[in-house]
Amino acid sequence: MKILVTIKRTPHRDARMRVAADGKSLETGDIAFEINPFDEIAVEEALRIKEAGKAQEVVAVTVGLEVAREQLLAALAMGADRGILVNSGGAAEKQELDSLQIAKTLSAVIQSEQPGLVIMGKLATDDENWQIAPMVAELLGWPQATFASKLELSEDGKTAQVTREVDAGLEEVELTLPALVTVDLRINEPRYASLPGIMKAKRKPLDVIEIEDLGGLADLGGIGQSCVRTVSYRALPAKEKGILVDSAAALAAALKERKLV
Amino acid sequence: MASYKAPRRDMRFVYYELHDGERLAQLPGYEEATPDMIEAILEEAAKIAENVLQPLNRTGDEEGCAFENGTVRTPAGFKEAYTTFAQGGWTSLGGDPQYGGQGLPSALSVLVSEMLLSANLSLAMYPGLGEGACHALEAHGSDELKQMFLPKLMDGTWGGTMCLTEAQCGTDLGLIRSKAEPREDGTYLINGTKTFISAGDHDLTENIIHLVLARLPDAPRGIKGISMFLVPKFTIPADGTLGSNNGVSCGGIEHKMGIRGSSTCVLNFDDAVGYLVGVPNKGMRAMFTMMNSARLGVGVQGLALAEASYQGAVEYARERLQGRALNGAQLPNKPADPILVHPDVRRMLLTIRAYTEGARALTMWVAQEIDLAHKHPDPRRRRDADDLASLLTPVVKAFQTDTGFECTNLGLQVFGGHGYIREHGMEQYVRDSRIAMIYEGTNGIQALDLVGRKLAAHTGRYLRQFFHPVQEFLVAHAEDSALEDFIQPLAKAFGRLQRATGHIAQQGLKNPNEAGAAATDYLRLFGLVALAYQWTRMAGISLEKMEGDTSGFYAAKVATGRFYMERILPQSGAAFATLMAGAKTIMEFPDEAF
Ligand SMILES: Cc1cc2nc3c(=O)[nH]c(=O)nc-3n(C[C@H](O)[C@H](O)[C@H](O)COP(=O)(O)OP(=O)(O)OC[C@H]3O[C@@H](n4cnc5c(N)ncnc54)[C@H](O)[C@@H]3O)c2cc1C
Repeated sequence: MKILVTIKRTPHRDARMRVAADGKSLETGDIAFEINPFDEIAVEEALRIKEAGKAQEVVAVTVGLEVAREQLLAALAMGADRGILVNSGGAAEKQELDSLQIAKTLSAVIQSEQPGLVIMGKLATDDENWQIAPMVAELLGWPQATFASKLELSEDGKTAQVTREVDAGLEEVELTLPALVTVDLRINEPRYASLPGIMKAKRKPLDVIEIEDLGGLADLGGIGQSCVRTVSYRALPAKEKGILVDSAAALAAALKERKLV
Repeated sequence: MASYKAPRRDMRFVYYELHDGERLAQLPGYEEATPDMIEAILEEAAKIAENVLQPLNRTGDEEGCAFENGTVRTPAGFKEAYTTFAQGGWTSLGGDPQYGGQGLPSALSVLVSEMLLSANLSLAMYPGLGEGACHALEAHGSDELKQMFLPKLMDGTWGGTMCLTEAQCGTDLGLIRSKAEPREDGTYLINGTKTFISAGDHDLTENIIHLVLARLPDAPRGIKGISMFLVPKFTIPADGTLGSNNGVSCGGIEHKMGIRGSSTCVLNFDDAVGYLVGVPNKGMRAMFTMMNSARLGVGVQGLALAEASYQGAVEYARERLQGRALNGAQLPNKPADPILVHPDVRRMLLTIRAYTEGARALTMWVAQEIDLAHKHPDPRRRRDADDLASLLTPVVKAFQTDTGFECTNLGLQVFGGHGYIREHGMEQYVRDSRIAMIYEGTNGIQALDLVGRKLAAHTGRYLRQFFHPVQEFLVAHAEDSALEDFIQPLAKAFGRLQRATGHIAQQGLKNPNEAGAAATDYLRLFGLVALAYQWTRMAGISLEKMEGDTSGFYAAKVATGRFYMERILPQSGAAFATLMAGAKTIMEFPDEAF
């Protein structure tokens, strides 16, 4: 079986983001990027399944600019076998892609790759939309389980048992493959890439596909049809120092005063 | 608790923008060292330093090593961390690919080791010593020895040590007493006691490979009669299994001021079986090739701890509210301003930063020259590179560990009393950084090496590799008004260095005590000028890239450089005046009056 994992290039979790002078974008010139931490967990999960002998190939896919090659290489360094970069360079010059456009693009890749299982991070830490995975499953008509904290494939490789972290506790579901699973923090702790792994990564196959050639966007009227536009960014107001109150009554009064209750 | 983040941006700056690391990938053997590869390696090394090594720094210091039933137990967590590190292939970064190494350039190694050392000096020393043993074997071992020992040393299955010191001999290795008796099968029986041996015993690896200096029976007296032997802790049967005890035992460990997670052992060799490394009686030469890289590594220790201390101090200076800014409150609705507003606190932070970034730049220069010396196709270029690296190695070692200690001390001072107590980890940096001024040849000995060996070598040939580029730079930028504030003080300090060099060359010939008395101040002067040259070059590059850089990186570079030129480089005047005063007051003081 083949497992496909999707990864996104996101600003490093420690990066301090600043709004650019135009107010419509973020300064990215001087910050470090990484694989979206949840996607890194997805890669790890796929590798563990492969190492357990239940999959033969792990393919990492990203939709992004040429620079996202770095994150694909990072996934290959961890142990993924092959990378696919869907280059959205031309599109991005015109505008950013919205969730549905990305979902369409990924579905097109998945349809041509035919994996038995797609593993995705439950969200991307930069825009936190949580949208793409459910959209992909819907577009493909596949069963999906989100927020997995445990993923086990059956011996015959026909189904997957997934434990989901839901508000009320844990939910166990069984999916018929092919299926899509999104992973949560507690499912595993991603490995560090080994030095030889990093060095071998560059010699692993990495295909670049131009997004225009993929056809996934055709029925959305092409790339020019993003439904979402970023209008502006604002920095959070600086945090005010907290106050100490000495009784419940004072707390209630303080909350009332600020019109918080 | 201070928390360290690898200074990736500055590392990329020194590797690529300041010293053109891209050219290394063109050298035969370094083809892999392309920018994307370097980037990926630095990123992963940073993760390991920050997440695997750093969490054990404080706990390792508190617990220390324990000596139990004749063996050393390292602090909790060290073994797991070492295993993660070794299994990740990090112990073989610079090693010869023929024996399983990754063959990457030193320029990359120094950055990776800086991260590891900042995160946890004690822990990073164990793989560091294994790597040192690899260097020695690669350079001097027979093919047979290499086959037998390098693969497992490189992959970290086995550890390594350097056994030079004995109770009666530290600096003066001519006093070594350990003995080696040849046996019929070509091996040797080693007897003697070594002291202060770092990583001499521990529980991180299944075997430990000791490189031991000892005397053959017919050896000439003194330093010319020392040979190097490889002595494993456990014998190595031909089938590759782990053999029996080889007559090496740990007699105890030292209780130390710092690096408490690193074991410092007494080692007894009782009829231990050893193998000769290199040529009989040429052990010192073998040791010296290895010492250059080891000394560079110790210089990096100074810089690494200064960086870690700086990060802690800056964070604290932003948060600690105390006193008011002298020209009016900056945060009027808070009880006080952060101490970052105070001129004296800013002075301390900038001092650490100027030394640290300057040292990183200088280290990178030397490391890239070492790579050129190994791999450049043109023999002349190789020789020039080797000359520069030889000249600057004692400067990197001594200047960067002297200033490293000054810096960790300043970092503690920024915390006030909270730096002196253990909780914040700032006092550990002070204690840990102190040893770097002593081992691998005390800083006094580094100064003598610079003055006595490096200046004189081939009638001053080494020196030209430093003096010429500085001179050329000064000439090329004489009219550069943007760099004026840098060029002028650099020219002045460089003039002092030239005059001091001439003075030492003249006086030292007449009376060696003159050179000996001048050595430490001369090395300080050399270090100050070497950093000034790096700062001037960094400023030149940054001034050009400053405009439009919203991150503030280049602006901060230029500002830190100005601080260095105005407020640190003037020390060159004091060092110059001091050394020019001559040996008289030092040597004429009566011994009995001390
Ligand atoms: C924690 C620790 C770890 C160590 N690890 C190792 C190790 O792994 N392997 C190993 O072999 N050794 C190791 N050492 C030993 C270390 O290298 C020596 O301590 C060092 O070389 C100095 O030797 P010494 O202590 O005998 O001092 P001495 O040589 O007695 O020197 C005392 C003082 O005299 C000065 N001095 C001596 N001779 C001269 C001279 N000719 N001219 C001017 N000044 C001079 C020195 O600079 C110093 O200030 C370690 C030591 C420590 C404390």
